[in-house]
Amino acid sequence: MCSLALFPPPLSGGQITLYEANNELVAGSSPDCYEKQHWDPPSLNFPRETLKPHSRPESSSKAAFLDHKDTLWMRSAGAWYMLAYICSFKELFNHCESFSFNCFFLTFRSDSAIRSFAWHPHTDKFAVALLDDSIKIYNSRSATAPTLKHRLQRNVSAMQWKPLCASALAVACHTCLLVWHVDPSSLSTRPSSGCAQVLSHPGHSPVTSVAWSPSGSLLVSASPVDTAMMVWDVAAENCVPLQRVGGGGVTNVSWSPDGSRLLAATPSALFRVWETRMWTCERWPCLKGRCQSACWSPDGSRLLFSVQGEMVIYALTFSDMTGGPKSAAVVADLSETTFSGIDDITVGGEVQSLAWDPTGERLAVLLKGSSSHPAIIAVFKTRSSPVFELLPCGFVSGEIGAEPRLIQFHPHFQHGALLTVCWSNGRISHVPFYFVSVGRPHTGGSPPLPHITSKIEDYSTTHTLYTEQIS
Amino acid sequence: MLSFNQDCWFVRKVVRWRALASIAWSVLLLPATTTLFVFLVRFSLFHPVEWISECFGLLTAASTIFSLILLCGVVLVIGFFNLEGYTVVPSIPCSRVALLAKVLHPRQCVHSLVHCTVGMMVMWCASVMAGGRYQALGSPCTRGESADAPEVCLNEYHLFLLLAGAFIGYSHSFLGVVQNMNYVSFQIIQQYKYLRCKGSLPWVLKCSAVQSLYAVRNYVALYFFFGHIPRAWISNSLNLPIDSSVHSLDSLTGLLDFSLLYHLWISGAFLLLTWYITVLLFRIYVTEAHRFPVQSTFAEDAEQCLPKVLSEKRTLIMKFLALQDLALLSQHSPPRRQEVFSLSQPGGHPHNWNAISKECLALLSDLTQRLVAHHDAVASNGRARPPSATSDTRTTSNSSVSSAVVSGTEDLPQTPRPSVLLKTPGSVFLKSSGRGISSPLTAPFTPDLDSPFSTPSLRHLAAQQVPQQGQWLGSVQSPHIIRRGPKLWSTSTDSQANGSALASPVPTPSSPPPEQKSSFMAQWLQNRKEQVKGFMAKRVLVVYLFNKLPEASSQALFADSQAHIWALEGLSHLVAASFSEDKYGVVQTTLPSILGCMLSLQEAVDRHFKLPHASSKPVKTSCSMGDSTYKTLRFALRAALKTSIYRITSTFGEHLNAVCISAEHQKRLQQFMEYRE
Repeated sequence: MCSLALFPPPLSGGQITLYEANNELVAGSSPDCYEKQHWDPPSLNFPRETLKPHSRPESSSKAAFLDHKDTLWMRSAGAWYMLAYICSFKELFNHCESFSFNCFFLTFRSDSAIRSFAWHPHTDKFAVALLDDSIKIYNSRSATAPTLKHRLQRNVSAMQWKPLCASALAVACHTCLLVWHVDPSSLSTRPSSGCAQVLSHPGHSPVTSVAWSPSGSLLVSASPVDTAMMVWDVAAENCVPLQRVGGGGVTNVSWSPDGSRLLAATPSALFRVWETRMWTCERWPCLKGRCQSACWSPDGSRLLFSVQGEMVIYALTFSDMTGGPKSAAVVADLSETTFSGIDDITVGGEVQSLAWDPTGERLAVLLKGSSSHPAIIAVFKTRSSPVFELLPCGFVSGEIGAEPRLIQFHPHFQHGALLTVCWSNGRISHVPFYFVSVGRPHTGGSPPLPHITSKIEDYSTTHTLYTEQIS
Repeated sequence: MLSFNQDCWFVRKVVRWRALASIAWSVLLLPATTTLFVFLVRFSLFHPVEWISECFGLLTAASTIFSLILLCGVVLVIGFFNLEGYTVVPSIPCSRVALLAKVLHPRQCVHSLVHCTVGMMVMWCASVMAGGRYQALGSPCTRGESADAPEVCLNEYHLFLLLAGAFIGYSHSFLGVVQNMNYVSFQIIQQYKYLRCKGSLPWVLKCSAVQSLYAVRNYVALYFFFGHIPRAWISNSLNLPIDSSVHSLDSLTGLLDFSLLYHLWISGAFLLLTWYITVLLFRIYVTEAHRFPVQSTFAEDAEQCLPKVLSEKRTLIMKFLALQDLALLSQHSPPRRQEVFSLSQPGGHPHNWNAISKECLALLSDLTQRLVAHHDAVASNGRARPPSATSDTRTTSNSSVSSAVVSGTEDLPQTPRPSVLLKTPGSVFLKSSGRGISSPLTAPFTPDLDSPFSTPSLRHLAAQQVPQQGQWLGSVQSPHIIRRGPKLWSTSTDSQANGSALASPVPTPSSPPPEQKSSFMAQWLQNRKEQVKGFMAKRVLVVYLFNKLPEASSQALFADSQAHIWALEGLSHLVAASFSEDKYGVVQTTLPSILGCMLSLQEAVDRHFKLPHASSKPVKTSCSMGDSTYKTLRFALRAALKTSIYRITSTFGEHLNAVCISAEHQKRLQQFMEYRE
């Protein structure tokens, strides 16, 4: 079992993690201080002040989050999701003094102008949902960045691009599910709302999580107030509700990369793993709290998840032979650790989100901060044979005062893994991890020989050389 | 037409048993629904204890048991009609008059009549169980003073309920036609029957309650105006005098009786619920995935193997289930995929793969041809080509083409691009199915026919002569494709003849083929037709009845597209899996034709969606048992097609540059490889 004590100490003094090369994280003082080799995803900055305030009638920032036309339950559910930390009881209890509650809430999440981020699974393209309910799409091949706006596109909480498709983007909104069809060859900067399909089902709102099946044929959406999760045939706009008793809703759905299983987390201490052939599920009650975040290994056989209130990462291993796992094993301990150096730095805490890179070699863990120490990203190396284990890689830190909010790996980075981080100050940065993947199928079909030799180059000078050899 | 006449092993061994099982389950569910009904109909707010004890007493009473037995009979009848009438390819009327013809078709009349009767029976049971004033048709008269007064009078409440049963039965049958209730769609995901049933029960409950509400509204309005007619008739024929001291029910005071309306609504909901449950269970059972073996070790089982079953032309349900099985196996089961890729033991031929891919490709290229033909037939403004354009080619047509075939194959010109013609589809869908309703050939082309008379009924007729029609269509596909005659509805003779053919149950080659006439006659007829057309087009009613419904042509073209979707999914998954699993490279040999076929289909679909009305979304029907999945099948097909091509390109990547396909397709494929589509 890996623990944070085994990690190299985190950076201090305003240093920024730039990239990983030859098994080491390289730091620098500014994000632009190293040469970019291949297509570089734009590092964007969305300061909160530049965003227009909401155009809805009640334009106070409180109303931006909690629509007071909704019922109390809806509001509590919305607040519950967006807070991610605080269970929905708080909204109920604090109903009378909801103003103070909302103030607290604003200080918590609204510091980042970015609500959601999604890489396209096949091309160098990503979508960013901003606080003003607009979505911007950046493409490596075109200079235009279309902005998507829709009357119903409010409180975007999740987005995902459709696999095996160039254009479809599913957006989980407050009242419905929108599926945008953004023509990649179009030059328009404001696609009309006719490009968006509206999918809604009575009782199924707010939608907080969406997941496309990896084969691109089905879309699953979930709402924390609806006990049923919806399986959509998007093109035909019909849906099948899948309902199970217990849990009180579905907060998070995530499809395993091979498409055989689907994780559905509930607001209570229970999550389900559905198998997607006959759509039966197995229940996984947690002892402590609800499932906070989870991610699948690239081959779909292993599920890592974290539970609210515990500072560990659990692993479940599925295989078709043995009939499924009996219990979850702890694979990493993330309890608070203090690194003593020039000044003592404390890291550790509960897990906010997990991300596993598509080659299955790096695992990024976003650790929640506390009053004493900020949130931080810990990166593990993962190895699945002979036994599954996590090895320390390092911490990724950003500019001073900026905390990571969202993390996601680029789905097909050629030279290793590319971690995209959305920071609390509105910046989106990309941290490449250069390594030679063992398991990655090489599209060219030739053996990956040239890569191996570069490993023995000198560490300090080879960054450019190394990547040149790759390309 | 009856399924019992079919000798297909699948219907005998699978479908019939499934239908029986579904009926058995709906019979078993009857006591539960009856109990629910009894409790609701006897509900009294102020005497809860009496209410409950009374209900329990009633449930064990002999009359209730007898009602239950009667209801079982009703469910059997409904189940039988479900089995007889179901179809996996809906028939879509393209104009209002076609819909009218569908409703007035003799078969449909029998259906309605039986449903009326059965509805009355259910309502009789309901009124017996409701008790009180609804109990019997005769009731003691109230005016006991006069000595010569008859003992028994007509109980109008009972009659009211009975007539409501007949009305709801008829409206069920009528709505069944309008909403294609006999259409059975397949679920997008697989679920166990029990869970699926459990998941849909609340919806069915809601549906029956809502539909019953509508039915009550309509019935009450109808009874208010015409209620006295049946009442007088019954009273006369049964010699039951009408009690004049009681308010008659076709007055405002009589109808504004809240408890009467409540009982009517509950009874209607009960009636619809029992029927809907039967329909639901039948759908669930019949669409359950069936696993066909890919290959069999015994020669006598070869009939039941997937490659053979896929090429089935008559039993559409079997073909659909086989395609579904293909799509499932290609996604979920590597060992069965291995069987598909395997070589035959002596000889080493990939028979399985060849048969499967050939069948799927035939399906897809058939759809391509249909779309191209449709597109060519429809001018850019959405109207069909003028008759004169086709009349000159009429001489080539077979002189003894029956009207049914003409209606089906018209506007099937030679496809302009030779690439599309490469595949001569031995397609199933061009041949008639054994089931009358679902001959998909006629469906697709009726839209541009403008000949409403020929649509549904002729399809029934046509289906009765399966072998001949098969031959006809075979000949149609030959290069001298028959151009059709002039527009039927707009012109006199043909349409008249077709109209008369409606009533006759035997398919008569009704219209004397125009080719036999001299050219002078043809010219004269042509002029007359133009005149009549001009005259008729000015009449509002005619225009209303005969105008094409928007979207209907698109819907009809894609009516059977579920099969194409599965074929696309199955093929693309198999091709993608072959990248790593196909040891002998059997898939490689067909890869160019698969890609070519998909890309030309993609082109045809793209062109089709540029037509007016093709991309407009249908209005959602809120709460009805009619399945409207077929209305959006074209969108599903378009999405599935793109996904399939992307699946192949993303799996093979750069290797696809080595595949020999035409330059045009290569360009198109490049678009897909760069994710620009």
